[in-house]
Amino acid sequence: MTPLLSLRHVYKAYGDPNDPLHALNDVSFDVQRGEFVCMVGPSGGGKSTLLRLIAGLLHPSAGDILLDGVPLRQPSSRIGIVFQNINLMPWRTVLDNIALPLELSGVGREQRHRVAQELIHLVALDGFAHHYPHQLSGGMQQRAAIARTLAHDPDLLLLDEPFGALDALTRERLNRELLRIHNMRGQTILMITHNIHEAVYLADRVLVLSARPGVLKCDFSIPLPHPSSEDLLTDASYLQWVRRVRGAIDDTAPADLPGPPQDQT
Amino acid sequence: MQTSVPPPVSQPLSVRRLQLIRVALAPLTVLLFLLLWEALVRWQDYPAFILPRPIDVWHKLLLMLADGTLFRHTTATLIEIVGGLVLGLGLATSLGYVLAKSPLLNQILSPYVVALQSFPIIAVAPLLVIWIKASVLRTVIICALTLFFPALVNTIVGIRSVEPELMALMRSLRASRWQIFTRLEIPAALPVLLAGLKVGTTLSVIGAVIREFVGANQGLGFLINLSRGLLDTSLLFVALFTLVLISLGLYGAVSLLEYRLLAWKRVA
Repeated sequence: MTPLLSLRHVYKAYGDPNDPLHALNDVSFDVQRGEFVCMVGPSGGGKSTLLRLIAGLLHPSAGDILLDGVPLRQPSSRIGIVFQNINLMPWRTVLDNIALPLELSGVGREQRHRVAQELIHLVALDGFAHHYPHQLSGGMQQRAAIARTLAHDPDLLLLDEPFGALDALTRERLNRELLRIHNMRGQTILMITHNIHEAVYLADRVLVLSARPGVLKCDFSIPLPHPSSEDLLTDASYLQWVRRVRGAIDDTAPADLPGPPQDQT
Repeated sequence: MQTSVPPPVSQPLSVRRLQLIRVALAPLTVLLFLLLWEALVRWQDYPAFILPRPIDVWHKLLLMLADGTLFRHTTATLIEIVGGLVLGLGLATSLGYVLAKSPLLNQILSPYVVALQSFPIIAVAPLLVIWIKASVLRTVIICALTLFFPALVNTIVGIRSVEPELMALMRSLRASRWQIFTRLEIPAALPVLLAGLKVGTTLSVIGAVIREFVGANQGLGFLINLSRGLLDTSLLFVALFTLVLISLGLYGAVSLLEYRLLAWKRVA
């Protein structure tokens, strides 16, 4: 079966062609339909660059990115991206923010509002449809942003550290909701995170990307039960996986640096 | 045992209350101003051509209203002001948009734009009298020039203030240039654009008056110039107060527009 997403020898370099800055070096991997994949690695690696390449916002310097076997040259409506910073439009209500992708593709007002209302329910923002973003907490805003990305029902959801700016408790709750949405709608998810626990808890697979130039170091399949339950967090095999992933990240750190960035938990 | 009483907290004035006070205060301020004015004239016993009494100005106003002169000159000035606003803002926002979007053009054109700004526009007025026949057009051009630079800078700042991540979002959603313009750039730049419009209206009034000082045969600026020659200071005051009213009116209109368009900011 063709994988939903394929990266074939993807390179990305920035800046001066004579003295380029290599963000990604020969990255290849597949993501199967319905998988939940997390990508971890030291900051300053090419993780965000990789996500923007897949979203079609940047073009690879070399290599191919295939969606269902077809090369991707520009943003596709089958791929949705949630950015690290919450970026709702402050002048639009929650409803109109969520309906934005449909509005841009010419869906009528009534229908897009109906879809948006369903999504508001999905992300548990009932009653906040006509609020403005500044009236919501950070966690609620990011839920609205996720709902917006789901509006045109993309096959692949890209998440760039979506909960990085939120407090630990909100983050945990939103992670659980993300799993719930993933299980309910079956979307394929590729998510960047700094948090190894989060990655092991959420993902079917964890990719480890090294620092510049970004090279895919490890590709772990996490054989832990899904949907994950709270009990898992104290489970010995879970902790073992966390240690393995961390070990892989530590190995990627350049020797002349004081040490790898530690995850916060 | 005595329960501790919380210290008295001074209640902040509600917005509505403050507005009421402002509205009530305005006529009082005007009255006080008129009284001081009257007192000054009586105390110093100024002749009318130096400082007329408020009642003289009032009579002059009624007279000018009755014979239609005030209306004629006010309309002339108003048309020039609004024409200047439309022309100046139209040019400044379109050029500002282009400059904000194209760093290359910005580098090429900005020296000329700055040169234009450091040009004494008031000094151009006599030149325009020589070059352009239509008096109204002359004034419109001067008005447009006066407000051009602030409006231009405002547009550039406004368009550049668009969040790069929102731009990335729009591109990831495959928004067209037009959709990016109407759904993102305009609403994002609107607060700054409206602030520019506020400054622009007042500048346009100044531009119109300055131009009418030179070689005009109608308008409030022309009246002011005329009254100086006639030593008719009451006329000068009538024209002056009308100008103040126009300025206030335009400013109020823009404020109202701002109030409506930026309603989302007030939702708490």
